[in-house]
Amino acid sequence: MMASVNLTAVDVKEGDELPPLSHAVTATTVVLGAMASRDWRPMHHDKEFAIHRNGVKDIFINTPNNAAWFERYITDWTGPKGRLGRMKFKMKRPVFPEDTMVFNGRVVRMSVDDSGCQWVELEVTVSVDGQVNTECQARVAIPCDPHDNPWQRKASRWQP
Amino acid sequence: MAVDIPQNVQDLIGKPQYEEKTEFPIEVGYVFNTCAAVQNGNPLYWDAEVADQIVGGRIAPPTMLSVWFRPHYWSPGAEGERTALQTHFDLKRLLDLPEAIVSGNEAAFGEPVRMGDTLTTRQIVRSVSEFKQTKLGQGRFWTIDVETYNQHGEWVGTESYTCLGYRRQEVVA
Repeated sequence: MMASVNLTAVDVKEGDELPPLSHAVTATTVVLGAMASRDWRPMHHDKEFAIHRNGVKDIFINTPNNAAWFERYITDWTGPKGRLGRMKFKMKRPVFPEDTMVFNGRVVRMSVDDSGCQWVELEVTVSVDGQVNTECQARVAIPCDPHDNPWQRKASRWQP
Repeated sequence: MAVDIPQNVQDLIGKPQYEEKTEFPIEVGYVFNTCAAVQNGNPLYWDAEVADQIVGGRIAPPTMLSVWFRPHYWSPGAEGERTALQTHFDLKRLLDLPEAIVSGNEAAFGEPVRMGDTLTTRQIVRSVSEFKQTKLGQGRFWTIDVETYNQHGEWVGTESYTCLGYRRQEVVA
């Protein structure tokens, strides 16, 4: 298996849109994500608990799985040399089974730090039925050129 | 700092707590589970040859940082519910707020987490808000940092959780 994408700085400019990603969520999606992240709390697998204790309509996607979805969306775009430096997200509304998540992203800033690392700042959203459920800001390093590899950066050469 | 925070909660702010090591060396099975759950086909995590070329060996996705510190649901000799992010549950108890949700998450990622690594973490309460009225009920927001280092003492990441602890609204008939 080899990467089909290896984005470098010349391929990206501020204002670029990432290709959207759509995923139909089921109860299995939620439970798979919770179990993979070793999150055994019942609101992510027990519908009765979610309704009666959390006051929501169903089980919902948990925080670390939300992060994993964002990471997948971003590195689908960058390819394997894309290295996440920082990620921040705010969950405004839970994502439930029967929802279709739609990921959108935009390049808001590109910069090179004093060690020569190429950073891309992204705004990413997850929407359901046209409403934003989760907002994410991410900072990802991509290669400056085909010979660069952000994963080789250590210590002061890695400034997330 | 909000003025209505109990002293025993104020005393926790800024104090590192619950330093602990991962219960098992980092392993690829959980990496596959995580990638499968979100259909992440990044060859860095599925193809040992690609991982070797790019990072010098298999690593875990950076966003898995918290995964390694959640205890098994049960283990021999353990009593009661085993919970991760213990400071969060301490705050719920100390502030008498029975329900809670994670409302925000921020993470910064350092050295890659490699297969076989043993990680150490510690939790630090950064802030607790005054009482606020929210859609879910009356409660407080708090932020907890979780700092993580590998067996070489290298920083591998910090996650900050912003949580809302609350009491559910009483419905008046």
